[in-house]
Amino acid sequence: MKVGARPFEITVDGRPVPVLPGQTLGAALHAAGIRSWRTTRFGGRPRGLFCGIGVCFDCLITVNGRAEQRACLVEAAPGDEVTTS
Amino acid sequence: MTCYDLAVIGGGPAGVAGALTAAQAGLRVALLDGGARLGGQYFRHPPASLQASDPGAFHHGLDRFLRQGAALADRADLLLGHQVWTVERVASGAAEAAPFRVHALRDDRPVVVAARRLLVATGAHDRPLPFPGWDLPGVLTAGGAQALLKGNLVVAGRRVVVSGTGPFLLPVAAGLASAGARVLGVYEANGGLGLARHPLLALGKAGEAAGYGLALARRRVPYRTRQAVVAAHGGDELTHVTVAELDRDWHVRATRTVECDTLAVGYGFTPQLELLTQLGCDTAHDLDGSPVVTVDAAQRTSVPGVWAAGEPTGVGGAVLAEVEGRIAGLAIARSRGGNAPAPSPGAGVGGAGLGRGAGVLVRRRARLRGFARALLEAYPVRDGWRSWLADDTLVCRCEEVPLSAVREARELGATDARSVKLLSRAGMGWCQGRMCGYAVACLAGEQPQQPRRPIAQPITLGALQKSAPPDFPDPSALKHDERISDDKSR
Repeated sequence: MKVGARPFEITVDGRPVPVLPGQTLGAALHAAGIRSWRTTRFGGRPRGLFCGIGVCFDCLITVNGRAEQRACLVEAAPGDEVTTS
Repeated sequence: MTCYDLAVIGGGPAGVAGALTAAQAGLRVALLDGGARLGGQYFRHPPASLQASDPGAFHHGLDRFLRQGAALADRADLLLGHQVWTVERVASGAAEAAPFRVHALRDDRPVVVAARRLLVATGAHDRPLPFPGWDLPGVLTAGGAQALLKGNLVVAGRRVVVSGTGPFLLPVAAGLASAGARVLGVYEANGGLGLARHPLLALGKAGEAAGYGLALARRRVPYRTRQAVVAAHGGDELTHVTVAELDRDWHVRATRTVECDTLAVGYGFTPQLELLTQLGCDTAHDLDGSPVVTVDAAQRTSVPGVWAAGEPTGVGGAVLAEVEGRIAGLAIARSRGGNAPAPSPGAGVGGAGLGRGAGVLVRRRARLRGFARALLEAYPVRDGWRSWLADDTLVCRCEEVPLSAVREARELGATDARSVKLLSRAGMGWCQGRMCGYAVACLAGEQPQQPRRPIAQPITLGALQKSAPPDFPDPSALKHDERISDDKSR
């Protein structure tokens, strides 16, 4: 499918990642090949998208200093600074 | 506070159809949904700003739904980006005109909507089963892969395996394949009939099934029944899966390895009932064991003033959801109170007293419910999945509870999911058991119970404090000795 919109950039740990308007943070990261952005409390295991619709909370992410946001729900905005943990 | 005749919770096909029907009948309607756009899961679509060439490529009927949404926007208040975290019935005399309060969060700020009636159309989410490696990045629910594609136009992976059970695997696989993924196989744990004799064909959905079948055949995607992914492997990301041939009860007969970067897996759906159970609506178990809300012929729940439509009444898909929504909308418009006309005497029997024209809807609903029942019967979850798990397989992803801990809880005497949770923490984390609840109930030896979650969405303490009703004193405003006496009274 063709997309007419021009991508903008967000940063993930300082590294630029392209986003198409309307995409969620989780979708943009996943599309950029970044599949995990936090580690679990006990096992230190990597986690990223799982349910993709805001139910499982696996994809929690810190964006612009705000922790514990669901990456699959939050629409990315130009200049968003994402930090992984 | 604005008082609405009707508050609809959920902007999918059921909620939009119900809200539009009621609004067209003259009711003052508000519709709340957590998403940025109408659509729910089925009609999830990219925003116009993306300028996609064919945003409806992955849906049946998106154009029609969007027209309904536009018509609704003209006649009702659309409160999008509003996550409803609780619903209450206000008992005080002044509240008689508007007994319901819908509490939502918008950007973490509390919003309260007062309404005379409620239509709950909160849909469903994927029902996963645990298996070794299901927590690896690259393993997604089937619905998650679909959401990436429909809402974001992101293809979940390059080399993708689709597994689980149920007709939903077909559109997921067909969508991924047509969007450019190499779909290495669709592994359906049930059925021995293959795609040519898929129940969708037998049940009058030949066009839809043939479309998916053709899309898969054209790209030489194998569709295998009595097979499933029973383990996922990789270091920090998925690199390969174990595909097993299964017997009738899903015990493993033989295995092989398939290299892939993405697995989309789904074993049916769990209706979202939190708000309905908060209100005290009666529930029952559907054919697949899922708790569902019970409704009468007019989609009324057991609680006066509360209607339900779509997946919360039983998983049946978008077309049934829309029909149920329309019936609910008609019934709500004809219910007493508000500014709707009273029911006319002699309303059609077949239309459940819903007026002329409703008979067609009621007959369609009966046919579609029969179809949904047939699918639930054709795609049950068989007990053998438990044999896929190892001692260290995580059952609860949030609290990282392995099977061994669930087993210990059982050995300590737990015979229900709630006791297992208290002993092992399975289901106690962020998702509140939405992902593992079905599996934990099965492992505990009971049917999944209806949710008991007084808070349906996470809410910060700050937002909770701000959303307290005005007659509830702000603790910081109390004088010191009042606070002490309050402490003593506990």
